[in-house]
Amino acid sequence: MSDYDLPDSLRYSIEDEWTRSDGKRVTIGVSDYAQQQLGDIVFVELPEVGRSFDKGDPFGVIESVKAVSDLFAPIGGEVVEVNQALTETPESVNEDCYGDGWMIVVEPSDPKEIDALLDRAGYAQHIKDRE
Amino acid sequence: MLERIGIDAVDALFHTIPEKLKLGRALDLPLGQSEQEVLAQLERLAAKNVNAASSPWFLGAGTYAHYLPSAVDALISRSEFYTAYTPYQAEISQGTLQAVFEWQTMLCGLTGLEVTNASMYDGASATAEAALMAMRITRRSRVAVAPGLHPHYHQVLVTVLGGLGAEVVDELDDSAACWIVQQPGFLGAVSNLEAHAANAHASGALLVVTVTEALSLALLRAPGDAGADIVCGEAQSFGVPMAYGGPHVGFLSSRQKHVRQMPGRLVGETADTEGKRGFVLTLSTREQHIRRERATSNICTNQGLCLLMATVYLALLGRRGLRELAEINLSKAEYAKARIAETAGLSVLTPGPTFNEFAVAVPDAGDAALARARSNGLVGGLDLAEAAPNLGPAVLICTTELASQANIDRLVDSLAGNPS
Amino acid sequence: MKRNAAQGLAYEEDLLFEQSRPGRRGAELPMLDVPAADVASLLGDLARDDIPALPELSEVDVVRHFTRLSTWNAAVDLGLYPLGSCTMKYNPKLNERVARLPGFAQAHPMAPEEESQGLLELCFELERSLAEISGMDRVTLQPAAGAQGELAGIMMIRAYHEKRGDAKRRKVLVPDSAHGTNPASAALNGYDVVAVPSGDDGILHPEAVAALMNDEIAALMITNPNTLGLFEEHISAICDVVHDGGGLVYGDGANLNALLGVSRPGDMGIDVMHFNLHKTFSTPHGGGGPGAGPVGVKHALAPFLPTPTVSRSDAGFAWNHDRPDSIGRLHGNHGNVGMMVRAYTYILSLGSDGLRQCTDMAVLNANYLLARLRGEFHVPIDKPVMHECVLSDRALADTGVTTMDVAKRLIDHGYHPPTIYFPLIVQGAMMIEPTESESLESLDRFADTLLAIADEARTDPDTVRTAPHHTRHRRLDETRAARKPILRWQPEASEG
Repeated sequence: MSDYDLPDSLRYSIEDEWTRSDGKRVTIGVSDYAQQQLGDIVFVELPEVGRSFDKGDPFGVIESVKAVSDLFAPIGGEVVEVNQALTETPESVNEDCYGDGWMIVVEPSDPKEIDALLDRAGYAQHIKDRE
Repeated sequence: MLERIGIDAVDALFHTIPEKLKLGRALDLPLGQSEQEVLAQLERLAAKNVNAASSPWFLGAGTYAHYLPSAVDALISRSEFYTAYTPYQAEISQGTLQAVFEWQTMLCGLTGLEVTNASMYDGASATAEAALMAMRITRRSRVAVAPGLHPHYHQVLVTVLGGLGAEVVDELDDSAACWIVQQPGFLGAVSNLEAHAANAHASGALLVVTVTEALSLALLRAPGDAGADIVCGEAQSFGVPMAYGGPHVGFLSSRQKHVRQMPGRLVGETADTEGKRGFVLTLSTREQHIRRERATSNICTNQGLCLLMATVYLALLGRRGLRELAEINLSKAEYAKARIAETAGLSVLTPGPTFNEFAVAVPDAGDAALARARSNGLVGGLDLAEAAPNLGPAVLICTTELASQANIDRLVDSLAGNPS
Repeated sequence: MKRNAAQGLAYEEDLLFEQSRPGRRGAELPMLDVPAADVASLLGDLARDDIPALPELSEVDVVRHFTRLSTWNAAVDLGLYPLGSCTMKYNPKLNERVARLPGFAQAHPMAPEEESQGLLELCFELERSLAEISGMDRVTLQPAAGAQGELAGIMMIRAYHEKRGDAKRRKVLVPDSAHGTNPASAALNGYDVVAVPSGDDGILHPEAVAALMNDEIAALMITNPNTLGLFEEHISAICDVVHDGGGLVYGDGANLNALLGVSRPGDMGIDVMHFNLHKTFSTPHGGGGPGAGPVGVKHALAPFLPTPTVSRSDAGFAWNHDRPDSIGRLHGNHGNVGMMVRAYTYILSLGSDGLRQCTDMAVLNANYLLARLRGEFHVPIDKPVMHECVLSDRALADTGVTTMDVAKRLIDHGYHPPTIYFPLIVQGAMMIEPTESESLESLDRFADTLLAIADEARTDPDTVRTAPHHTRHRRLDETRAARKPILRWQPEASEG
């Protein structure tokens, strides 16, 4: 129905998170589709550095004015960096979800989990199926 | 109308109700009556209740007889206020929303904290909500209570926390989410909150200060300034009728950093599409209608109109008036304490400083002393036989601005058993 | 179409604090007839400083301020207020007069019982009346609002299972159409919430409940009529399924206005339910409370009712605290008694005949509105309704006009919008509850307005999408309020 910006270089989860791997560490955020669905983001709650998650665990919460969604870990791992700026400027998730709107960086517990994520085409089809 | 709906009798509207579930008879209640008849019947019931309009009043213990300025009832009787719903549609609820914002501001000033919600049911449930909030913040599941908490508040705390399997204990240790201190205490004692704050914080617990006599906030050090993390309680003293115990108005204030763990509604300032200042309900994602089972509380309807009474009252009394009123209450209590100290058979039991309420030892028994007061036309206070049996025969008395010197003298003589 | 709202006398009004002038006051205090206490020597550093957050205003300032604020509110006394499930019915003035009688308003909750017999009798008789209306055996008046009533009810259910040594039940079934307070109240008791899907016909089916029923389910929470305004036709069979599985059924009484004198939850198999006195029994909503949420139970749950209960003996009425199995106390006193006085006044005024007529008219009005609006608005489940009907914006999809826009455009015509985007199971829902208070002329005027807005959505969608146009404020920016919350006035902030 709408157009979504889905960079080729990223892998996506069916819960609408994106991941960007530099071979060692993985940056995680929410997709353009997710931010459009949520509307104006007003608050993002993120974990502390050092917390560990399994794939599929909720790692945070994202809120618009009238909706709350859990953020689910697309892969397992330990949080090594958190985007503290989102506390002050949650609108970055709307304005630049793949850039300033990044959420956490994790050290993957099992790098193979990334391979199980969707590529651009797979995720685009997943969006289409839901619409 | 029936034709338009496509039925021929009103009964047909109920055809989705299975026959066996239809009552099939009239309710076993009297038939309707005229306004005149109903009023007469209820006036008869009202006349059977002793009340602060008919008798000099020294009974407090969490519900206080204060003078109610005429403008309070006149303004809250505007049906634009009292027949409105919760202000979800901001554009046509600005009256209620602005008043709530003003309440939040004034309560923040009185408590010394940064955020106040748009009321809780009453002081007892506000205290239970404060405990739950502290449990969310500290991720601990045990609540410690200092001596002096109103027994009914303690009971409500046990009921509500019991629902979650959380414990209410009376010792502060490293497993406590909070340390709950009532200020002034149930028996009227004013304590040093800074010492409580230091102890609580050393255990990693929050200091929750609960207040049953809100007028004391005009005289005593703001709990937030003394280190309280959450201040909650009952604001009935601010112009809300006693009404046999409700509706009153609970409040809950906290520090800004904990705002997302707060229960209840919050009103925030914003602007419309043309830049004009206005107010809306905000941070609603904490609440049950959005977060459902993961909400910070299940509270929905709160005490809106009572909050408005308190807001009008605080605006009328204002910065100087509220302080002076609190000093009048203190002066009456000090006069009563001095009279008691010089009266044989009586003594003041509450140690240290007090506000407008304190415990008094009586010569025989609390109920007997109160019966003597009652036979002299006074409602003399609360018999402490149940709430504080260790005190021996004692009563809890409260002197607000309504207590005249002459009636205080009569009360003291009655309690002592002296002819007045 | 005739306009329903006038414009003019539209006052601006600053915050109290912005109008404050040093030295003004709105209440004179009596002369002190005892020596003035020396605050410094009595309290020392336990005393506070000044209270700069309080304003300094004259009585006239304060009266004008709040009178002007009041003119910015929609209210039942200004016109039809069709908020679904909120039952914004007319609040008779007699209720207010009675509640202000000094014997009620100035009574103290700890006053001697022998001198509070009128209030105790009123509570006793109101309990009895609510039990008869609902078909329940016992009632507590203590909960301060419907949500606290739900909490009390779920606590009693838990106490019931625990008393029987049945500790396995840790889950509560809640239909997907339920009010948000239902799951929140269950969670406050440590219960996990399991959603039950409604059928395509908008009601619950015994099979759906049976599929989820097992020995871990403590209760089903159900609203009847449900939030679509539909009577749960299979309620008896559903209650049987739950009871057979060892669970209990909680009834949310939010929509009881549809059933007075017609059908009783207690006869349907409901074990425990709450009443909303501010919905069904005409106590005012007060701009968000106070409510009152009495709870009715069947005999099996009566031992668990909150403490105290009111009892009657030859000596008169009394509060009974000796209740070993009680869930305990939920309110600092006896609940919102002032609301009970109003509700009892209403029940006495209407009587058995009037209450039945009230339901007849409420259901008639809802079906009439549905008949007038069907066609121009999409009706997701087109069945005869009880006291409210649910429409959606689907028929307007090609205009780009949404439910929110229709709601805001209604405001321009002097109407409070319906409940919108609820129940959650209907996309773009508008839940309309006219109540029994509206005349045919009033209903027609409202229906005409909604139809005109639907027409306008097709001819001039931008006007609808940017509504309201005639209010003191245009649409308010909720995003801004939530991102950088300003929750109190501060002197420096006002200059920025």
